[in-house]
Amino acid sequence: MDYEALGLMAGIEIHQQLDTIEKLFCRCPTSLRNIEERNGEIRRYLRATVSEMGIIDRAAEEEMKQMRLFSYYTYDTTCLVENDDEPPTPLNPEALLITLTIAKLLSMKPIPQVHVMRKMVIDGSNTTGFQRTALVAMNGVAGGDCRIESICLEEEAAQRVTGNTFSLDRLGIPLVEITTAPCMHTPEEVKKTAEYIGMILRSTRRVKRGIGTIRQDVNISIRDGARVEIKGVQELDLIPEVVSREVLRQVNLLAIREELLSRGAEVPDDGINVSDLFASTQSKVLKKAPCIMACVLKGFAGIVGREIQPGRRLGSEMSDYAKKCGVGGIFHTDELPAYGVTEEEVAGLRKRTGANEGDCVILVSGTEEQASCAIRLALRRAGMAFVGVPEETRKMLPEGNSAYMRPLPGAARMYPETDVLPVEISREMMDAIELPELLTDIAARFSSELGIDSALARHIAYSDRLLTFEKAITAGIKPSLAARTLISTIRELSRDGVDCGEVPDESIIELLTRVGHGEVAKEAVPEILRTLAGGAPLEEAIQSVGPTFSVDDLESLIDGIVAERKDFISERGMAALGPVMGIVMKEVRGRIDGQIVADVLKQSIKKMI
Amino acid sequence: MKTGDLVSCTLGGETVEAIYITERDGMAVLKLSSGYNIGLPPTDVRFIGDAQERKAEEPLIIQDSTLPELSIISTGGTIASRVDYRTGAVTSRSTAEEIIRAIPRMASVGQYRTRQPFSILSENMKPSMWIELARTIYAEIEAGVRGVIITHGTDTMAYSASAVSFMLDTPVPVIFVGSQRSADRPSSDNAMNALCSAAAASADLGEVAICMHGTEHDDFCALHRATRVRKMHTSRRDAFQSIGTEPIATITYPELAVSPAPHAIQRGAQEPVLNDTMEERCALFSYYPGMDPAILDSYASYRGVVIAGTGLGHVGTTLMDGIRQLVRNQTTVVMTTQCLSGRVCDRVYDTGRDLLRAGVIEGEDMLPETALVKLMWVLGQTDEPGEIRKLMQESQKGEIVRRSAYGL
Repeated sequence: MDYEALGLMAGIEIHQQLDTIEKLFCRCPTSLRNIEERNGEIRRYLRATVSEMGIIDRAAEEEMKQMRLFSYYTYDTTCLVENDDEPPTPLNPEALLITLTIAKLLSMKPIPQVHVMRKMVIDGSNTTGFQRTALVAMNGVAGGDCRIESICLEEEAAQRVTGNTFSLDRLGIPLVEITTAPCMHTPEEVKKTAEYIGMILRSTRRVKRGIGTIRQDVNISIRDGARVEIKGVQELDLIPEVVSREVLRQVNLLAIREELLSRGAEVPDDGINVSDLFASTQSKVLKKAPCIMACVLKGFAGIVGREIQPGRRLGSEMSDYAKKCGVGGIFHTDELPAYGVTEEEVAGLRKRTGANEGDCVILVSGTEEQASCAIRLALRRAGMAFVGVPEETRKMLPEGNSAYMRPLPGAARMYPETDVLPVEISREMMDAIELPELLTDIAARFSSELGIDSALARHIAYSDRLLTFEKAITAGIKPSLAARTLISTIRELSRDGVDCGEVPDESIIELLTRVGHGEVAKEAVPEILRTLAGGAPLEEAIQSVGPTFSVDDLESLIDGIVAERKDFISERGMAALGPVMGIVMKEVRGRIDGQIVADVLKQSIKKMI
Repeated sequence: MKTGDLVSCTLGGETVEAIYITERDGMAVLKLSSGYNIGLPPTDVRFIGDAQERKAEEPLIIQDSTLPELSIISTGGTIASRVDYRTGAVTSRSTAEEIIRAIPRMASVGQYRTRQPFSILSENMKPSMWIELARTIYAEIEAGVRGVIITHGTDTMAYSASAVSFMLDTPVPVIFVGSQRSADRPSSDNAMNALCSAAAASADLGEVAICMHGTEHDDFCALHRATRVRKMHTSRRDAFQSIGTEPIATITYPELAVSPAPHAIQRGAQEPVLNDTMEERCALFSYYPGMDPAILDSYASYRGVVIAGTGLGHVGTTLMDGIRQLVRNQTTVVMTTQCLSGRVCDRVYDTGRDLLRAGVIEGEDMLPETALVKLMWVLGQTDEPGEIRKLMQESQKGEIVRRSAYGL
């Protein structure tokens, strides 16, 4: 696709959890828990509050369509603040400092006085019904010339366990939200910018690592299309795919718009009840439904079933809207007869609704309330087809497609968090912030100063063992040994199911120091790490692999083995080295450096021949 | 500049348009188009245009005249509020229409008339306002409403409720209600508490009570007898607890089913009577180790003093002379316990017996705050020492439970 010709404009929002000791507005630790460890559960309803303008924000209104009871799991690491049963503490200064450091790295201008706001979110993910968020700095640059619009410090939402059940451990973890201008014009550019900002964030070394700790939302529009926000892209590599599939969707929706207009298509206001037509249906879905509603979309034949993204049709979009009312989705005549609906039933349906050949009939089923809500929302989406691309917040689907979540929220849903006092940011505060070395610079330094291959250097700089590596170098350990252990060995062990995450840096450094002194064979390192990962102290781990073999011991062992195989060695000469080495290693593996074994053995054989 | 004016400012080299909100602590507060507020020096803000007036759309409210008529008396506690997202201002709502707009389901429970005798923060409440409140409630009962709801800040709600309880004999439910978490938040306890209070006000009950969350969940409200309830937590929804007795009813949510307890007083059990004199010169203090006896001198002109003593109802012997002096000067001294739970007994230890000899009245198992309010009311009814003692030691409105039941 020619993205330039299509007028692609894309921006990103990056959400990154901060690795602080306490949460943003309470003194709980920022640790995630297993739901089996919960110590209680609270059950609450949320209701949208009415605004002065008489408007309940449209995103909030969407959520209100269903009155839902939410359940929240509590832990011994959560408190009344997460329960929304105690006012928040002042804004966590540690989180603010990290945010300001990121702002400074991105050349942003801090806000003189930061105000915490309440952003309405009534999907249950916040016990309060709002998310606390503060604009901290504005107008910076990411790498080349992409403008960063803003950086906000906000509280992480609760994690959905299932349906309407949430876990409170994650709620309140500090999160920065970095928003770029819509300054990117190709899918690859979006990925590059996301990568750069990710590198900046990790350079602070104060952000959380691992799955779910960073999330990207992508804003995409093309000429004549509309701004669409796709939430929750967790992998950088998927970004280009998400962008190109959204461009495809918008292109297809614009084509559908043209076709509908030329056909003189029409969408009615409401549906009719057709439950009686399906009184003896064989369709599993329709059989159990107390109410079935239908309506005819004039001039839509073939269009509802038209693919707009691989595997997704205009009908899928209408289904997404209908699902907000609690139904499973919609049926439409572009795909019927199918799903147990017979040709006769379709004919009856067409007759009842007065559908002609060029029309499409859609069908929803559920309780009376669900069905009439669902048909109206499906019709609302059908009507939007005349506009082309509706402004929406969408969620990413696994392969890079997206599905409708809710309308784009307006600015209407923010008001001040009066329980938290504003915080002033002085010039002195900003001047005092020392900028951390960027990971890209660290990698370049490792490569030039330590003579490490540049790919490996980058690997170390970006890994979560960077600090351990630096400590090891300071302790005088050979860079190649440290790099190999911290990157390759630990990764190989993790493939084997051994997680070295809990092994203290000190143990690893002490181990490598002993290897450097020849007290522990480097071959023994993986085995010792494996034992350390099991929780054993260092000495015990070293002992368990076997006592180290001194060179003297080795010499006498080798002399013995060589003497026993005198004939073989005489016959084969130096070619005997390989087979005999194998026999020796069987005795000493992991207890002495293999290179030393080879040297000693070579000498011993030489002496004999 | 005034709230709502259009202004501009420069942030990081970019000119940004915003809405002026206010000036606070030397900083101008602006709202950006993103919805975020920021603060910056007023000199950095340039006026560019006047506020645009926006008419709020107010859907018409028609009340169902077949439903029971309930009176909502608001005193300043926020049961309903509205957020102006343009300026961030949160305002409280107190007319019937406003309450129904904020909590639409209220319209299916009753039809409402509203009164607002005053609007204050509950910590600023005074006995004279209790009297005004009691008179307002009495007038509404006389006007024939089926129940009365009083919205009240939670801090001193228990004092007001027990004051009204002593002043007023009521044939209909008189329900105090508030919210622990602000009404502007989607998670507020306001809506559930208000709906449950409306259900309670229409139920077959006939006394003054407080209706608040029964648990941490949005599952039911507890209805507490006004004279036996206390705010036991600063912020939790279930802060209000009946002490030494069971709640008089529960109201399930969202069903709004009212289940009265056997000891609840039924609708119509008493005729409406108002005894609205209170003696304001009364005080309550907590005794603490080492308390300076000279403090008692400041109560010399008081007509009544309630002591929240230690344990069974004690004070240090250094206070004994001062207490004797107070009683000699016609000040009624009532002993309660800072334990809150349990009964005063000044016959077990010497200190207690000395207090009794000095003329101190044992306050039985009355809560200290209830004892204070009651003493104000009793002293407003009679000057006769024997009568005062009798009234103080007998239950008037359930404030004294004669038996200390196990399990409460």
